[in-house]
Amino acid sequence: MTVPKIRFTFWKAVFVVIMIAGAYVTYLRFFHGLGAATNLSDRFPWGLWVGFDVMCGVMLAAGGFTLTTAVEIFNIKRMHSIVRPTILTAFLGYLLVCAALMYDLGLPWNIWHPIIMRNPHSVMFEVAWCVMLYTTVLALEFSPIVLEHFNLQKPLRIVRRLMIVFVVLGVLLSTLHQSSLGSLYLIMPNRLYPFWWSPLLPVFFFLSAIAVGLAMTIFESSMSSKYFGRELELPVLIDLGRALVVVLALYGILRLEDLYHRGALKLVLVPGYQQRFFLLEIFLSVIAPLCLLLVRRVRESAQGLYLVAVLTLLGFVTNRLNVTITGVESASARYTPKWTEVVITAMFVALGFAIFGLVAKYLPIFPEEKKALIPALREPAFAEVAVPVHAGD
Amino acid sequence: MSKGILYDATLCIGCKQCEQGCATENGLPYDDRIAAEEVTSAHKYTVVLTKDDKFMRRLCMNCDDPACASVCPVGALKKTALGPVTYDKSRCMGCRYCMAACPFGVPKYEWNKAVPGVRKCIMCSKRVAEGKQTACAEACPTGATKFGDRDELLEEAKKRIHDNPGNYLNHVFGETEVGGTSVILLSSIPFDLFGYRTDLTERALPMYTYQVLSRIPDFVPLFGVLLGGVYWITHRREDVAQAEAEEENQRKGGVK
Repeated sequence: MTVPKIRFTFWKAVFVVIMIAGAYVTYLRFFHGLGAATNLSDRFPWGLWVGFDVMCGVMLAAGGFTLTTAVEIFNIKRMHSIVRPTILTAFLGYLLVCAALMYDLGLPWNIWHPIIMRNPHSVMFEVAWCVMLYTTVLALEFSPIVLEHFNLQKPLRIVRRLMIVFVVLGVLLSTLHQSSLGSLYLIMPNRLYPFWWSPLLPVFFFLSAIAVGLAMTIFESSMSSKYFGRELELPVLIDLGRALVVVLALYGILRLEDLYHRGALKLVLVPGYQQRFFLLEIFLSVIAPLCLLLVRRVRESAQGLYLVAVLTLLGFVTNRLNVTITGVESASARYTPKWTEVVITAMFVALGFAIFGLVAKYLPIFPEEKKALIPALREPAFAEVAVPVHAGD
Repeated sequence: MSKGILYDATLCIGCKQCEQGCATENGLPYDDRIAAEEVTSAHKYTVVLTKDDKFMRRLCMNCDDPACASVCPVGALKKTALGPVTYDKSRCMGCRYCMAACPFGVPKYEWNKAVPGVRKCIMCSKRVAEGKQTACAEACPTGATKFGDRDELLEEAKKRIHDNPGNYLNHVFGETEVGGTSVILLSSIPFDLFGYRTDLTERALPMYTYQVLSRIPDFVPLFGVLLGGVYWITHRREDVAQAEAEEENQRKGGVK
């Protein structure tokens, strides 16, 4: 593996500026309250930190469970080599979500309360438990990478033997809380605009998490090949692209059927900002990626897949922001995040990139030989040949 | 027997004694400036709104099956048997899901405190537990705000409409809204003029989540077995393929 080039003095400067601003907003938030650090109000209690840092954070970390399902449960061997980066992204993502929650919760030092104070009728209670357990599972799924680095053979053997348990648990927990983030809004049929409120919210959130998981993996592999000199495994990305076609088509059809049956389809003709944001979301998340993926030349090229992945990610980020912000504005109040809110969100995104870069540099997350989470008990019958393609070529 | 409040806007004279009584009971500041505020907030749990010569109170409806208590992950908000929906700050973690979920927009937040809490009318739960009426009902000089058994108050409300149909809208607000509320309202002009939503479902809101959440315990073992099963099959195929390949090798070796 080549040593990563130090080429981003500009981005490093940006990073430092964001961190300094972040430190100032952190002071504001914890010493002067949420009112000083946000544009939240009694009429608009959930803003950017819930909409992006939590909702999108969890969604963007869905690559972990999507890829472990493909590789470990469905035994798709050729995807082995890209599992580790997705687990790292997921683990980092959840840690950052937890950190961001410390900013958004009014009384963050009580964050552990759901462990002993229970309300099983609350979706938030279920999400809290799932996120807690899944972050632990991700730490365990990630642990072989650290153990290998320090050559700790004994714990490594134990972890590997138990890995299938962690994997099944991880997929189960992810399915539950990815969908439950949508269920959070089931109780607001009178608040959430009909484009977005649906009894199928949990299904939509789950399906879109899988789509984002696939898109995020394509995005990540492309970025890694660009910045870490990794070989781009195009055949694997092409497979992910094909899976994305199926998931997006399923999602798109279900959304359409749901809108039709609830009589919300005619609202598409009602001018307004809800309509504009809805059309933007559907265009970015379903129409544009599907149309592009229908073209063979796009579906089978690194740049094409990268573009599709970016569109899909932007589309579903728009979807989550529509559910949390655009969709509730008409029933409550208009909301624009304060600059301080944007700074904290930017801070967590920047931290995500920076930590990923550091870990990728020092830990074996791109192993030379393809290592599975669960080592194959025997050699695969056929050796797979990866076609190295450089994204920049 | 569950308690309730009947507010009859046609009897209200807009004197705001209920606001004053509420502030005193809850240890909140109250002066002319606060009296002029036309929204409920962390320092004002009830407000008397004016529309020409008509009035309307806003306060926590203390729903029979409250969305806020149902969504609270730590059970800080609770519906008590006597009617009030209470709040326990020592349990709260400040997620504000109650505020997002309340169909009436009742829970308010102490946005400018470093150690904030949720604030709302709790239907004077302490007084009610002691057998007393709420502070607002006690303060009301005209009987517009009346405290009593919720069922009896509902009967009385319907009787008032029946006896004097020209004086009232034919609607007891809170009888069926979101499954019924402990606080019920009568008015001669539409409730939405005062910000009350009249398009609310008659279904208790927590049922929307419960019909999904209640399936999770059944879902977990099924899905777990499904995942394990797929794992078994996909890996078994590989075993079989390998065993067959070995057999083939041996057979070939044998022939040689």
